[in-house]
Amino acid sequence: MLDMVTIVDVVLLALLSTTAVAILLMRHLFAVVALTGAFSLLSAGLLVTLDAVDVAFTEAAVGAGISTVLMLGTLALTRRRESRPPRLSPIGLLVITITGGALIYATPDMPKFGDPNAPSHQHIIPSYIKGSQDEIGIPNIVTSILASYRSFDTLGEVAVIFTAGMGVIILLGRRREDEHGYSEDVAAYPLKEQNKPKINDETTT
Amino acid sequence: MRHHLVLRVIAKMLIPFILLFGLYVQFHGDFGPGGGFQAGVIFAAAFILYALVFGDNQARKVIPDKALILLVPLGLILYAVTGFYGLVFGGNFLDYNVLLNSPKAGQHIGIFLVELGVGITVAAVMISIFRAYAGRTRAIDDEDW
Repeated sequence: MLDMVTIVDVVLLALLSTTAVAILLMRHLFAVVALTGAFSLLSAGLLVTLDAVDVAFTEAAVGAGISTVLMLGTLALTRRRESRPPRLSPIGLLVITITGGALIYATPDMPKFGDPNAPSHQHIIPSYIKGSQDEIGIPNIVTSILASYRSFDTLGEVAVIFTAGMGVIILLGRRREDEHGYSEDVAAYPLKEQNKPKINDETTT
Repeated sequence: MRHHLVLRVIAKMLIPFILLFGLYVQFHGDFGPGGGFQAGVIFAAAFILYALVFGDNQARKVIPDKALILLVPLGLILYAVTGFYGLVFGGNFLDYNVLLNSPKAGQHIGIFLVELGVGITVAAVMISIFRAYAGRTRAIDDEDW
């Protein structure tokens, strides 16, 4: 009963909940960001025990690495402390209790982990598993589903990533200093009156 | 970050291995866990680590902004062109079976190209988003935090 995986799962989940509570209680946002990164790293460990190594890669690289850095970058542009101490809201507590209770109530009805007869492993999945060997000839079924059987979906996902990147580049992508002599302050607060570029005044007058 | 000697040395040692692991995840995705998306973010993480330790300006010399802005759509275009290639050869859109002589070889090359496209776009987008933030932030003293 108490095998190695269970022990690792329990330890990881306990650390996850501890980190989550610590994030809730902290006011200094730098520490919150650091703990968010730790939370992602712990989730990555949990995904490894679930045999989802590729998802764990992504969680470790994006969740613990890149998004932590992006949040630090955001902190550098804004304030580093939460301004308003949080109040205990009875409605929020009620919603969380009901939602959490419903989720826990429904958990025993879920199919067992790795059950081949689970509904999510029926329907078209057996033909994917078989076809990955016979039609496509690569051992990693996840890759053959993502890149071949559901290639159209993946194309859409790449388009979403492309669009998101373009949006950020267009909105925020201005350099710290450019040839018009924009300074750091100008780049951070481009709308302030004294930060309007001088070159415009010369060309308009 | 000039005085963080340990960080600079360790980062310099780690970055080649991170890049190598990214390449492994990218091109070994048919056999082991991984694929374009994972490889893209691992690759981007290496470049972001470099930019964090050695400075944004130094990192912009490694991949200039102009090259990066070309890489962002390049992956998506590679993916879509692979799809249209199937159309040209008489299959459906994104049908890899017709790309080469045998269906299995076609599937292999199709998946390879498509995953490469995903990896290029994801890595370029991640680095671009990081640069968009880093370019707006002034350099921060350690004491400021």
